Amino acid sequence: MRSRKDNIFHGIDWILVLFYFVFIFLGWINIYAATIINDNQSELLNFSTEYGKQLIWIGLSIPIILLILMFEAKFYEKYASIIYGSSLLLLAGLFILGKNINGSTSWYAIGSFSFQPSEIAKAATALAIAKLVSDKQFNLKKLSAQAQALLLLFFPAVLIIMQPDPGSALVYTAFIFVLYREGLPFYYITIGFIASFLFVITLLLGYPVTLISTSILFVCILLFFIFYRLKAFKKGWIKITGIYLISLMFIFSVDFVFNHVFEQHHRDRFNIILGKTVDTKGIGYNTNQSVTTIASGGFFGKGFLQGERTQGNFVPEQQTDYIFTTIGEEWGFIGSGLVIVLFVAFFLRIINRAEQQKSNFSRIYGYSIVAIFFIHFVINLGMVIGLVPTIGIPLPFFSYGGSSLWGFTILLFIFIRLDANKTYEW
Amino acid sequence: MKRTGLLSFLIIFIGIVFIARLFYLQILNNSYNSPLLNNSAVKVMYDYPERGYIFDRNGVLMVANQLSYDVMVIPREVKPLDTVSFCALLKITKEEFKEKIARASRYSTRIPSTFLAQVSKDDYASLQEILYKFKGFYIQKRSLREYPNNSAANVLGYISEVNDAMISNKSNYHLGELIGTAGVEKTYEKILRGVKGVKFIQRDRFNREIGPFKNGIYDTLPISGHDLTLTIDAVLQQYGEALMANKRGGIVAIEPATGEILAMVSTPTYDPNLMVGRDRSKNFTKFYLDSINLPLLDRGLQAQYPPGSPFKVISALVALQENVITPESSIQCFGGYKYGSGKGAYMRCHCETNGSPVALNKAIYRSCNSYFATAYRKVIEKFPTPTEGLNVWSKHAKSFGLGNYLDNDLSVGQKGSIPDGNLYNKIYPNGRWRSTATISNAIGQGEVLTTPIQLVNMTAAIANEGFYYTPHIAKKIKGKTLDKKFTTPIYTTIDKKYFKPVIEGLFDVFENPRGTARGSIVEGIQICGKTGTSENPHGQDHSIFIAFAPKDNPKIAIAVFVENGYWGSRWAGPIATLMIEKYLNRETSRPLLEERMFEGSIQEEYDKQLKEILKVEK
Repeated sequence: MRSRKDNIFHGIDWILVLFYFVFIFLGWINIYAATIINDNQSELLNFSTEYGKQLIWIGLSIPIILLILMFEAKFYEKYASIIYGSSLLLLAGLFILGKNINGSTSWYAIGSFSFQPSEIAKAATALAIAKLVSDKQFNLKKLSAQAQALLLLFFPAVLIIMQPDPGSALVYTAFIFVLYREGLPFYYITIGFIASFLFVITLLLGYPVTLISTSILFVCILLFFIFYRLKAFKKGWIKITGIYLISLMFIFSVDFVFNHVFEQHHRDRFNIILGKTVDTKGIGYNTNQSVTTIASGGFFGKGFLQGERTQGNFVPEQQTDYIFTTIGEEWGFIGSGLVIVLFVAFFLRIINRAEQQKSNFSRIYGYSIVAIFFIHFVINLGMVIGLVPTIGIPLPFFSYGGSSLWGFTILLFIFIRLDANKTYEW
Repeated sequence: MKRTGLLSFLIIFIGIVFIARLFYLQILNNSYNSPLLNNSAVKVMYDYPERGYIFDRNGVLMVANQLSYDVMVIPREVKPLDTVSFCALLKITKEEFKEKIARASRYSTRIPSTFLAQVSKDDYASLQEILYKFKGFYIQKRSLREYPNNSAANVLGYISEVNDAMISNKSNYHLGELIGTAGVEKTYEKILRGVKGVKFIQRDRFNREIGPFKNGIYDTLPISGHDLTLTIDAVLQQYGEALMANKRGGIVAIEPATGEILAMVSTPTYDPNLMVGRDRSKNFTKFYLDSINLPLLDRGLQAQYPPGSPFKVISALVALQENVITPESSIQCFGGYKYGSGKGAYMRCHCETNGSPVALNKAIYRSCNSYFATAYRKVIEKFPTPTEGLNVWSKHAKSFGLGNYLDNDLSVGQKGSIPDGNLYNKIYPNGRWRSTATISNAIGQGEVLTTPIQLVNMTAAIANEGFYYTPHIAKKIKGKTLDKKFTTPIYTTIDKKYFKPVIEGLFDVFENPRGTARGSIVEGIQICGKTGTSENPHGQDHSIFIAFAPKDNPKIAIAVFVENGYWGSRWAGPIATLMIEKYLNRETSRPLLEERMFEGSIQEEYDKQLKEILKVEK
């Protein structure tokens, strides 16, 4: 018993580990392709280059993994609140000690090394949610429980928005899937979808059209109930009217928020994706370049280091948020499609493992990380292939950057650690 | 367990949406998969090859190259600039500047196009020092045509910038590039042009050049155009042009033994050097719009005239072949030929034989209309219907390369016309026509039309006694053999034996004291020829002459056509014999005659015609 416990690799799901290393490897060779440009020296360990630095981050993630695996699973559950609290402190501390890079104070800089605490906060919040919701007394059907969970998500999200880094804060909406899995009523999801639907429609058609069409729909529904379901109408008309009025308010507020709260560059990003603005030079440059670059890959791609758009540095931030364009151009439909399939398989594997957990804490944590990975995947790839407005968040394991790599590594390996314990009696 | 499925479902759904989107972008939507040329990441630079030189048959340089400098522009790289000083530098107006920029942008904003072509050497020197200030513009060297002996414009043709239609048809031509658009430059464009070299340069998103694209694996070096040797004799060509000064018409001379074109003169002509450089388009427009002199019309190839008397030779040969006459059969001529009962059915004749027997030989050297009309009628009436008769006659005449395109390596040509039975069936729809209705064909009038090159080809076939080689202009193309169709003889439908008496007749045109070209006889050269005077509704008759020499081993066949030159021996005869003398002896023995030809002008007659045309139009 003791010897098994000493072996930190005991019970580990090697399939997830394999996924991890495949992603890291694919990510690195594409960072290499995206940043090698015309440096004729191709030494892998040239640490002044970004691919060289990424190699260091990858190397340093090994001790982090070992450290995570060394702690007992119980440790994470026990200290979840403390980890969550410290991460909030780290986030708050940014306002005093943080370094401003590209307009947002998201970084601690120590010498040439900088570190982004919001990457750690994801794991901390996941742990905290898991701990909160796994309590047997906790019932998400109750409003108070819902409020508690919301509050837990609210703190890190607001601190991150204030940096300001709204893209990273968006990640916390992913927890709605976790909460739903654990008993949150379905109408929250419905409301979420309706709200996003109305949001897009309002932006696309303008609020007068949306208002009129919503009203027509409302009248039709009322008439339907009056003539065919009179009983139900008598019971439910208040509800229907209430939903209608809330929708109206929402449409108004969307218009208001969009035109008065959003800044111009936010508006531009939405307008480009919705096709209301055609602009390939200024604000639409990134999206246009990334879509063109991916499309130019064709079926088989141009081959490793053969992408002239990648080599010509046409896509800004190609090694970070736009790393997928390199895959698209150099490896074509085959390569980029494979990456998507790998991600889907990876997510399903985590869900599969999570569902097999005996401990609620492990299951909820597993769900949390798959939701976090998934929302990164959706937003990042959606942005790169031109389906989602430009929101700068990284593609897990692929994008260049130490903090994000380590953040995702920590997220994943805490789960691997928890998962390794499922058969372990203690 | 309904709750557990939602996220998995969403994950798979989004995965499918993303793959579908990638499928659309990377496979269905090919507009993004543009070739290297339209790729903003790659800059294309062309390295222009030197166009091939053109030599005459004796190695005299006829077309060479000179360096020229083009100002190129890449519209999207142009930064706001001081247009006033820029226009002053290039000597253009602001409107021209705007129009040129617009034109280049319309073609492509990324691919370089010619902004201002063919800047002179002096301008180049000053431009070179200042042009770097104007972003998006640069100078490209290119070679330009040069014509050292200022002649043979109609033969050599010219090159011009490709137009938009050509660009869309021919993918390897780009805006501002040059292409042969007339003459030899056009027909041998592929050989002369060479292959341009291409350099691909990788650029980054700021349009900075960051080195060769893929280490230059796609780059190519220019390959110079091949040189071309023509069959033209430059000396003879220039001499012909001098003889034809102030006269409209054409001369075509070929070597019967090979079909090589020795000279091809068309007047009025122009100095080919005018079609080069920055004044090219101005000059071209001037020539193009000159509907009186038609300098761009190659009269040797394109002008269709009734051939007149030289065509009587064909009538004689056909009659011999069809066995309706023998060289000895004779007629009597009393100044005309009555071919019907009507008063108008009378063909006048100027043979002045006054009833003495006229056989083949005399008929040719006296050019007796009656004789050939009789022979022609006998051929047609040999057959049950005139349609059949005329079809046979037409077939024989066409076997001399008449009435159709010669299918050779010249960029222009005309079919001419040799009538057959079907033509008259159309003219007389009731089918009621007889041989006499077409009698003018016998003497090269009526519905018969030929171009000078067809006429000289016919002469060559007679000189060869029954065959000809398709007349052609290319003698040697570096590294390539001549097309087989120029080295295979084409046989006429007339047997060899019938040519002998005809050639004797043509010889007597000079030798017999009463021959029609007696005055053009050349000491020491045995010339066979035939004068011609072709009627022309617009004014004076055309002066025509065909000839070949020497009689026993023909080295040159020639056809001369002088518009409104009154009669054959007045202009065409002397010019043809001078040309023959010049070619065979390299010098001429009749300075007075030569002088008269050089100085002689028919301009007055042309002016008179023009006045009449203008009067009619008023």
